Amino acid sequence: MWAKFVRFPRYFKSGNRLSTSKFTRAYLDAALAMTESSESTPNPTRSRHTRIVRASHWIVTLSFILLAFTGVVILMAHPRLYWGDTGNDLTPALIELPISRNYKHGGWDNQVAFFQGEASPVSANRTFDIFNKNGWGRSLHFLAAWFLVIVGAIYVLVGILTGHFRHHIVPRLAELKPDLLWHDFKEHLRLRIRAATGGPQYGLMQKCSYFGVVFLALPLIVLSGLAMSPAITAGYPILLRVFNGYQSARTIHFFAFLILLLFLLVHVFMVIKSGFRRQMRGMTIGDSHED
Amino acid sequence: MKTDELITRRNMLIAGVTAVGGLVLTSCSKQLPPTYGNILRMGDTFTYAAHQALIPGESLVKEYSHKDISSFPATGTTNPGDPDKPNSSELYRNLQRGNFAEWRLTIEGLVARPGSYSLAELKGFPARTQITRHTCEEGWTAIGEWTGVPLSRVLDAAGMLPSARFVSFYSFDDWVDNIDMLDALHPQTLLAYGMNGRDLAVAHGAPVRLRVERQLGYKSMKYIQRIVVTDKFNDGGKSGSIQNGWAWYVGI
Repeated sequence: MWAKFVRFPRYFKSGNRLSTSKFTRAYLDAALAMTESSESTPNPTRSRHTRIVRASHWIVTLSFILLAFTGVVILMAHPRLYWGDTGNDLTPALIELPISRNYKHGGWDNQVAFFQGEASPVSANRTFDIFNKNGWGRSLHFLAAWFLVIVGAIYVLVGILTGHFRHHIVPRLAELKPDLLWHDFKEHLRLRIRAATGGPQYGLMQKCSYFGVVFLALPLIVLSGLAMSPAITAGYPILLRVFNGYQSARTIHFFAFLILLLFLLVHVFMVIKSGFRRQMRGMTIGDSHED
Repeated sequence: MKTDELITRRNMLIAGVTAVGGLVLTSCSKQLPPTYGNILRMGDTFTYAAHQALIPGESLVKEYSHKDISSFPATGTTNPGDPDKPNSSELYRNLQRGNFAEWRLTIEGLVARPGSYSLAELKGFPARTQITRHTCEEGWTAIGEWTGVPLSRVLDAAGMLPSARFVSFYSFDDWVDNIDMLDALHPQTLLAYGMNGRDLAVAHGAPVRLRVERQLGYKSMKYIQRIVVTDKFNDGGKSGSIQNGWAWYVGI
């Protein structure tokens, strides 16, 4: 509905400066905007999710679930977060998470100072038998990460080449007005959710969150993950500088995970509220029509 | 017309993926660690091959300044001479009593001059001191200053043969591991006998530990007893990382 009054002025007010191809695009967009205004009737001309979008959606979903699960398993071995380059049980933590028996465990003896003076860093021996499932946890984490990165890269490449992002995901400048954003946000809070189209015709909040996940949160979590690799940061030390050290990258990696987890929960909730059956048909067999 | 365009695009994609796959595979025609048909180990090996293809081989890890030196937990084995602990070594206990004067590091395998070096002999090699970050697989990090002899110097002195592909290490606490030549000859790979300006303490691997700076902490083996140069991958059997469920390559 809003698309009607948002998209029209953009192209037709500056129409005299449009090239032919831009004009064609504008025309198609306008046509799309018009079909979208008739919300209630499913329209056969409406586009569906392409095969590559559907396949990458589910591969990335599976990868994310595996990454989240193994990520928590890895974090349980050392449930403390820090800022900067170093952080361990003998230094203060930024956050301590009560997620395994390693939480605030004691068990340190033979404390020895490395240097003279009270402020000297120390060495101490661990006597506590820690929880640690990182052997399979980390290998599975990276196996899943390969699927996420390779399939994600193909998805982004195809999305750019086919104009999927341009047409469906990237919010238009004219849409990014505080009153429009606020309006759509309020509609969501009141649970006035637009009925599912089963295809890539997205609302404003939807566009913003998909854009944020594809172009901000996922790249951030991949890059902060790479910044934790001693081999990769040897070759590409800029990663350590960008994230302000290994432990900062680890902390950012964790918060990026929390954001993605929040997205996943809201996303699933919205799929259910907007018509679970049609949405699932749209994202699996690619057919949005009720039979 | 639309269909034609789609097929072309898909073919381009398939061609692209095949080309990238080919690139990665040819770059790792060298010997790879065994996967035992295990999908997790396949993932590890793929990561290893990708790192070899994409990371410049001689990259050095970041070296820090003296003021960055941090507190340093000693984990895993903290004294192989302790008879109450598993994997305790009577031999180590005796050497420890003599302040490691009798300790000798054996080098054998594919070397022209197999033999052994005392601690004093190792200290006679040109030394290197580096302040680096120890990245434990558990998630913690610590910065320490390491002094030792670059492993490449010792391999040179022993006359490593051109057929050498891996360097295996055996420790007093019954651990076996190996590294490839890229890591073995890396300038920051040390046989370290000093830490933070003092002799290496027992808790941190005395008298000599390995420093493999481009991998996670557990590759920097403590309490080194023996080095074997091989042309075959040695998984260490029941004393090695792979059969204990841990990745062999942890450049991560």
